[in-house]
Amino acid sequence: MNTQEEAVVHVYRDDIRSRMGMWLFLFSELLLFGGLFFIYSVYRFMHQQDFSIASKEMNIFLGTLNTVILLTSSLTMALSIVAMQKGKKGLSIFYQVVTILFGLTFIVNKIIEWSHEFNAGNFPGSEVLSSRPPGQILYFGLYFSMVGLHGLHVLVGMSVIGFMTVFTIRNKITQDNYVKLEAAGLYWHLVDIIWIFLYPLFYLIT
Amino acid sequence: MEKIKLQDKHTHGYGIYVLVWLALVALTGLTAAVAGINFGKLSIVVALLIAVVKSYLVLTEFMHLKSEERTFKAFIFVALFFILISLTLLFSDYSFYVR
Repeated sequence: MNTQEEAVVHVYRDDIRSRMGMWLFLFSELLLFGGLFFIYSVYRFMHQQDFSIASKEMNIFLGTLNTVILLTSSLTMALSIVAMQKGKKGLSIFYQVVTILFGLTFIVNKIIEWSHEFNAGNFPGSEVLSSRPPGQILYFGLYFSMVGLHGLHVLVGMSVIGFMTVFTIRNKITQDNYVKLEAAGLYWHLVDIIWIFLYPLFYLIT
Repeated sequence: MEKIKLQDKHTHGYGIYVLVWLALVALTGLTAAVAGINFGKLSIVVALLIAVVKSYLVLTEFMHLKSEERTFKAFIFVALFFILISLTLLFSDYSFYVR
């Protein structure tokens, strides 16, 4: 079209390797959470009764709602990429913003749940929790560290998508160059997958 | 011109994603409903099986693994394989641990 457009064409680009790089990063995340899931599985195996009792204090409604919220945010994330592929910049921005808002709703629900736990005295180091059986202390310790780490990932994901929205507005992400948006999407979906496992493991112990 | 060749893969419509999302929400409902029934030791197996199916849907559809190069699939296979090995070794030890 003009000189600027020409210059862009000659910049070296390899979208497949870019996505591969993102996947490699996601594997390091898998190691991080994998280790925590291993710890969880061993302690649950050793304290089955206590884990079951402690999990009864979870708010299943909010947990299920948050699962649906995160799944829906994954949908809007995927749709923002489709919109970009079709060259609909405005629609893509809309879906990105909706994804961030879903993430925010997830965090708000988490805060409601956690403040409930804190008011009940179920936080690591509290006197109420310390007086309970070891298995229940472990349950809440794992609950706060694993769900907390996941929540941190949701916050990071939200800010990454926020950057992508700015890139989209500034035309750094376009119909023929949206690999950044795809990478952000991969991260967001991984965070979703981790929650898919956290949900039954912490909320639904029979 | 070369730009267009770089990424012409995986352009689907919106429809498939909405379908996948519906399946994911339905499976979440199933997980919650099934948790009410006591299958004993099998409860955790059922819950994890549903989680695996959900993850598979997210990986293949949302994360576009379906249309990605074979290398990506090999990566994931290797990663999951080693997680499985670690888990097997872990429990081959802890299954004999005093309660």
